[in-house]
Amino acid sequence: MKRQGDQPTGREEAKLRRAMKRTAMWGRGGRGRREGARKGGKRRRTLRARRGMPKGMTKGRTRGKTRGRTTTRTRRRRKRTTGKKSDKEESLSEGEMAQLLEEVEEKKKLIATIRNKPWRMKRRLLDLKEAQEFVDKFEGALGKGKGRKWFAYKVMMKKKWIKFQRDFENFRTACIPWERKIKDVESHFGSSVASYFIFLRWMYGMNLVLFGFTFGLVVIPEVLMGLPYGSIPRKTVPRAEQDTAQDYSVLMDFNGYCKYSVLFYGYYNDQRTIGLLKFRLPLSYLMVGIGTFGYSLMVVIRTMAKNADVGGGDGDESEFTFAWKMFTSWDYLIGNSETADNKYASITTSFKESIVDEQENQKDENIHLRRFLRVLANFFITCSLGGSGYLIYFVVKRSQEFANRTDLSWYEKNELEIIMSLLGLVCPPLFETIAELEDYHPRIALKWQLGRIFALFLGNLYTFLFALFDEVNTKVQQQKEIITRVFIWAMKEYYANYTLLLNGTGATPPPMSPADVIRGPCWETAVGIEFVKLTVSDIQVSYLTILIGDFARAVIVRFLNYCWCWDLEAGFPSYGEFDISGNVLGLVFNQGMIWMGAFYAPGLVGINVLRLLSSMYYQCWAVMATNVPHERVFKASKSNNFYMGLLLLILFLSLLPVVYTIMTLPPSFDCGPFSGKAKMFDVIMETIDLDLPAFLGTLFSYAANPGLIIPAVLLMVLAIYYLNSVSEAYQNANMELKKKMQMARDEEKNRRNNTDSTNQVMKDLEDLLPNRSLQPPPPPQPEKKPQPESKPTKTKPGTASKGVNLERDVALASPNPNGRGPVSRPPGPRGPAPMPGDGPGRGRGRGRGAPPR
Amino acid sequence: MGNKQTTFTDEQLHGRYRELAPHLVPLDYTNNPDIRVPPTLIVTMPEFKENPFRDRIVETFSEDGNGNLSFNDFVDMFSALCETSPRELKTIYAFKIYDFNRDNFICKEDLKKTLNKLTKGELTPEEVTLVCNKSMEEADLDGDSKLSFSDFENMVSKAPDFLSNFHVRI
Repeated sequence: MKRQGDQPTGREEAKLRRAMKRTAMWGRGGRGRREGARKGGKRRRTLRARRGMPKGMTKGRTRGKTRGRTTTRTRRRRKRTTGKKSDKEESLSEGEMAQLLEEVEEKKKLIATIRNKPWRMKRRLLDLKEAQEFVDKFEGALGKGKGRKWFAYKVMMKKKWIKFQRDFENFRTACIPWERKIKDVESHFGSSVASYFIFLRWMYGMNLVLFGFTFGLVVIPEVLMGLPYGSIPRKTVPRAEQDTAQDYSVLMDFNGYCKYSVLFYGYYNDQRTIGLLKFRLPLSYLMVGIGTFGYSLMVVIRTMAKNADVGGGDGDESEFTFAWKMFTSWDYLIGNSETADNKYASITTSFKESIVDEQENQKDENIHLRRFLRVLANFFITCSLGGSGYLIYFVVKRSQEFANRTDLSWYEKNELEIIMSLLGLVCPPLFETIAELEDYHPRIALKWQLGRIFALFLGNLYTFLFALFDEVNTKVQQQKEIITRVFIWAMKEYYANYTLLLNGTGATPPPMSPADVIRGPCWETAVGIEFVKLTVSDIQVSYLTILIGDFARAVIVRFLNYCWCWDLEAGFPSYGEFDISGNVLGLVFNQGMIWMGAFYAPGLVGINVLRLLSSMYYQCWAVMATNVPHERVFKASKSNNFYMGLLLLILFLSLLPVVYTIMTLPPSFDCGPFSGKAKMFDVIMETIDLDLPAFLGTLFSYAANPGLIIPAVLLMVLAIYYLNSVSEAYQNANMELKKKMQMARDEEKNRRNNTDSTNQVMKDLEDLLPNRSLQPPPPPQPEKKPQPESKPTKTKPGTASKGVNLERDVALASPNPNGRGPVSRPPGPRGPAPMPGDGPGRGRGRGRGAPPR
Repeated sequence: MGNKQTTFTDEQLHGRYRELAPHLVPLDYTNNPDIRVPPTLIVTMPEFKENPFRDRIVETFSEDGNGNLSFNDFVDMFSALCETSPRELKTIYAFKIYDFNRDNFICKEDLKKTLNKLTKGELTPEEVTLVCNKSMEEADLDGDSKLSFSDFENMVSKAPDFLSNFHVRI
């Protein structure tokens, strides 16, 4: 039998090899990690053929076909002759199998982790090849008896599956949009600005999915299978409005034809099933509304968990200030010279700041003055927050009055949106200026700033919502009146028909056109319209701000600079910097509004998708064309979860109003998919009763039993409590470990210090014993000072001068004072006095000021 | 390019490698020719040209220590510096990069050189000494006034932005 190359020899292996010939015909699948051509059997052939060739080739393209073919032929020949013999030697002992299994596992592990080893590529490729050959050879042999074929087949399928997964993963990452754009921004502006765009892209992805749900499950079925425009009252523009329904100004307000379209809640019919497919539209509408929140929640929490993993533990911040600045401050992603210059400058500044901090003692600050200033600043800010809240309330009340009038100027119609946007523009810089009174550390100041802006937006949003609910309630009242009117009218009609019939004229009154029917106020559509208007005005304001605030400014600075007295570029206006936190918060709040409004206006998600898409291109262009990199290039790592946390909070806050309306408010009686029901979620009850089999109905009624729900809630509370205490325990364990490490390090340093102090003691003792002098070596160079020359307390001065390492070694190895030769020098004057004192001063702590004396 | 792939097809990486020195690097790599691109060409890559440590990076990944990279080394380099490369691997290579005199310790001289490259010589000599001393104090655990790999690893493992900063995207 031909032995081939570097296979492990030995009787057991030979047995195996023979046994394996039978399985060889089943072939092997693709080799997991090789790139390039992958044809199972052929690859095997080429590898066998390659046995003697130089190693280090990699890309796996099939070569040497002729050699391969001959090998196969010989192999087949061999198989025929040896097939019978191998039957006898098939049985392998348990121990051998186990050992082989172990080895195969080891090789597999090597293959999996080979990427992480810091070896040269050549070595890695060699080892990888060997390991893979080994695994391929012996893996098939491990199946026993009849199962062997199945086992080999399973193995091959698994490999194919892994390969498929990897290809799919590659394809997926290749599909991620805008990667190059973001890389451009990143190399110009650093990772912090790029993190905004990555966040924007993530939001776009989430909105795209929501859009898919909404359109696919609600809008498209309605468009395809529902009744067309004009067939029933709710889908028709009322007669009174028909003249103006096509006017541009009316459309811009989302009235007219816009209002009676799929974009808004009111258009949808309440038929239980529509079309041939019996699609249950009202149920789908409700489920999509709830599913939107569920999906968003899941995605946000998953991303937060992933970020928390990467972010890692927050070490003691002051522990390694300088070392971190030295080794981890340079951002290797920077590829643009202007950014690099900025980065150099920022690193230098940061070093200088730390140096200054280190060198100077604590300032004698006037604590009282600082506290007073901070209280004053907070007072001002609370005032402005309150002021803005009141302003919004006032404007909303006015807009309700305006709703009754028809002669409104453009300003009056859009007053609410304008005021809210303006507040969002003006207040943050105001807060920043007031915050300068507080004199906080910049990072803390940033957090306060973000918190205040958040409170501002939140307050505005909720005031807006309350005003909106006022409006809703009035509409509901109106509705009641209209219902009575309609009822009376219907009764009159009925009697009129009846009398006609009785009189025998035989003419039935013409059916009423849908446009003429009396309509109830549709509060859901009104709410939807408000949200859409708000979103649109938000979009307009933000785009205008970029255009004017950044672009126009840049143009002015660039071109007026030639004829201006002072340098515009370096001095006052100069070019704008990209406001990361402002933009991120804007994005987060916009998303909150989408979440709130999507239930009442299914078209809102589509508008948002378009907005995010255009925003990506527009802002990328604006950043590259009109902004300059930040002075202090901002670190992106820690803040990511902060923004996600805000998003989560907004998600909960926007969930509340929608859930409230679903649960408590009665839907309008003549518009929307839930018209006619007492509460919106009655749809679910109806479905359970009518569509699902009976036992499911009883199951749900059991599940809704308070006797079951309360224990379930208790169980969840207990689970939360348990997980909380477990996590606290882990945190405590963490702290303990940190303390231990700290102690270990201090001990190490203390050991040096202790020897220094005992040195002092020894010195004092030595005074009494002049023969055993412990003359500290004279300090030849200042560099020697920080080194532990005072460590070897028990060595002779002769040895001390031989160099630091030797001293240390000697100190550790032989503390015996008599270990070395006789005294070579007479006891001289004690060296410069500060030395033993300097030692502990240096060694103790981390050079915090003067050594304690 | 400019994507989050962790495995590239031959053409992408090979293409990048080749465009550095088209006259040197052959199109056909089936015979695994022993071609090395000199460091002067590699440091002109857009990913590296602004990096103060580019010479050290290229030297670290080259087999001969002078910065001549074969294709294997090239792939190695970008694989170690990529986003999904494990922390341990990055720490090892970071240590090698910052160790200018290649004695497997980061001594004060190495610190000084690092600092000067980072600040482009803007700091005064006293400030440089102070910063180097402070860094040494903070990170040096065994008190030999130079950083061994374990000192370095201990210090870097707690750094919050090491992984995101020590990352080159190709």
